Amino acid sequence: MDFLRPTTWADALAAKADRPGALPVQGGTDVMVEINFAARRPEALLDLNPVRELAGWDVVDGRLRVGAGVPYARVIDELGGPLPGLAQASRTVGSPQIRNRGSVGGNLGAASPAGDAHPPLLAGDAVIEVESAARGVRMIPAAGFYLGVKRSALEPDELIRAFWAAPATGPQYFSKVGTRNAMVIAVCSFAIALHPAERRVGTGLGSAAPTPRRATAAEEFLAGELDWERRGPLADSAARRFGELVREAAAPIDDVRGTAGYRAHALSVMARRTLTWAWNDHRAGATGREAP
Amino acid sequence: MRVTFTVNGSEETVDNVWEGESLLYVLRERMGLPGSKNACEQGECGSCTVYLDGVTACSCLVAAGQAEGREVRTVEGLAGGPDGSDGLAGDQRLGPVQEAFVEAGAVQCGFCTPGLIVQAHALLERVPDPADAEIREALAGNLCRCTGYEKILDAVRLAARRKAAAE
Repeated sequence: MDFLRPTTWADALAAKADRPGALPVQGGTDVMVEINFAARRPEALLDLNPVRELAGWDVVDGRLRVGAGVPYARVIDELGGPLPGLAQASRTVGSPQIRNRGSVGGNLGAASPAGDAHPPLLAGDAVIEVESAARGVRMIPAAGFYLGVKRSALEPDELIRAFWAAPATGPQYFSKVGTRNAMVIAVCSFAIALHPAERRVGTGLGSAAPTPRRATAAEEFLAGELDWERRGPLADSAARRFGELVREAAAPIDDVRGTAGYRAHALSVMARRTLTWAWNDHRAGATGREAP
Repeated sequence: MRVTFTVNGSEETVDNVWEGESLLYVLRERMGLPGSKNACEQGECGSCTVYLDGVTACSCLVAAGQAEGREVRTVEGLAGGPDGSDGLAGDQRLGPVQEAFVEAGAVQCGFCTPGLIVQAHALLERVPDPADAEIREALAGNLCRCTGYEKILDAVRLAARRKAAAE
């Protein structure tokens, strides 16, 4: 095994072009587990910690561009205002030690269906910026990024540079089922984002299908049901129907963490609850708040 | 490969490090610093917690090469200095957090203790007077299978009081 330590983004892209089999590592919270347990022996590790370009975030033309190396702890501390759904999800990742090291970029690279960052990225219409030395930058909407279990649209010579997302213009919530509060991989999870200016709803399902995915029919149904004009109350029947449509969008499996039936039911409950929180916030004029 | 980094204030170089090796392995097996414990090797238990550039991390999940040029502080580096403050490795006194763990009886088998002490130390650096909920949250990634955690919470509260009294 080789250990590659580029210190600039250009060098990192060159290294990945030269060694497409090199495995990028940020916080190591997934990669090192696989190496410690001899589940993976990549030809090389490509350490991206020294690449400064990945370590910060910016606002560009009103949109957030968050470097792939920004750890969850900083998402929580610095981006809870503009990205409340992602900050809530970040707070449920692992433990403080894991959140100090793990990053959204790493979550994207691993592309696990259970990754906590994915549902809020989907609900918030995030776009993933990837780059290769040969072909330059590609902007991939989150909804097109996840291709299969731990498979993404990233090509072997590409690296994840950042994700882009608009600051929230409405309430956003994330909900996750697990056996305890800390150190839990999601049994299933759900994110919702209201986009009142466009009278649109975003959703994201985690641990509920081979990939993280949106519940498009549920989004469209809800966009037509909500009383955007007068911010009227949410009909109980609409909230329940939304939950049903979210459940129908899922394709869960039975595994050690839960059964398909349990996941489907839990998703419908989380969808209804998070919608209720979000719509109540919207009615109260808030753009979102910390998770209860 | 060769890796050079600062550990508990002193720059060290180790050779023949395997590229997939963890920082924890280097600390324990190559640098003679066995305070950080090796238990789960997957970030679940917190026994290997160290400071990496001032931020706590599970050293089992840091590739040794990622520590290159950086600063690592282990539980050995939290021993007490002559003025009762945190000192350097090799000091014979216990640091205030270490002392509090002994006094509160927060140690049984002791395997989780080093990780808990580093993580509690980091909490008190950031939040001098933490509420119980903050202590629980800060220590949520450190598993103890002996104590039931109550004495550990007592120790953190005691360390916080001592620290406040000293300042």
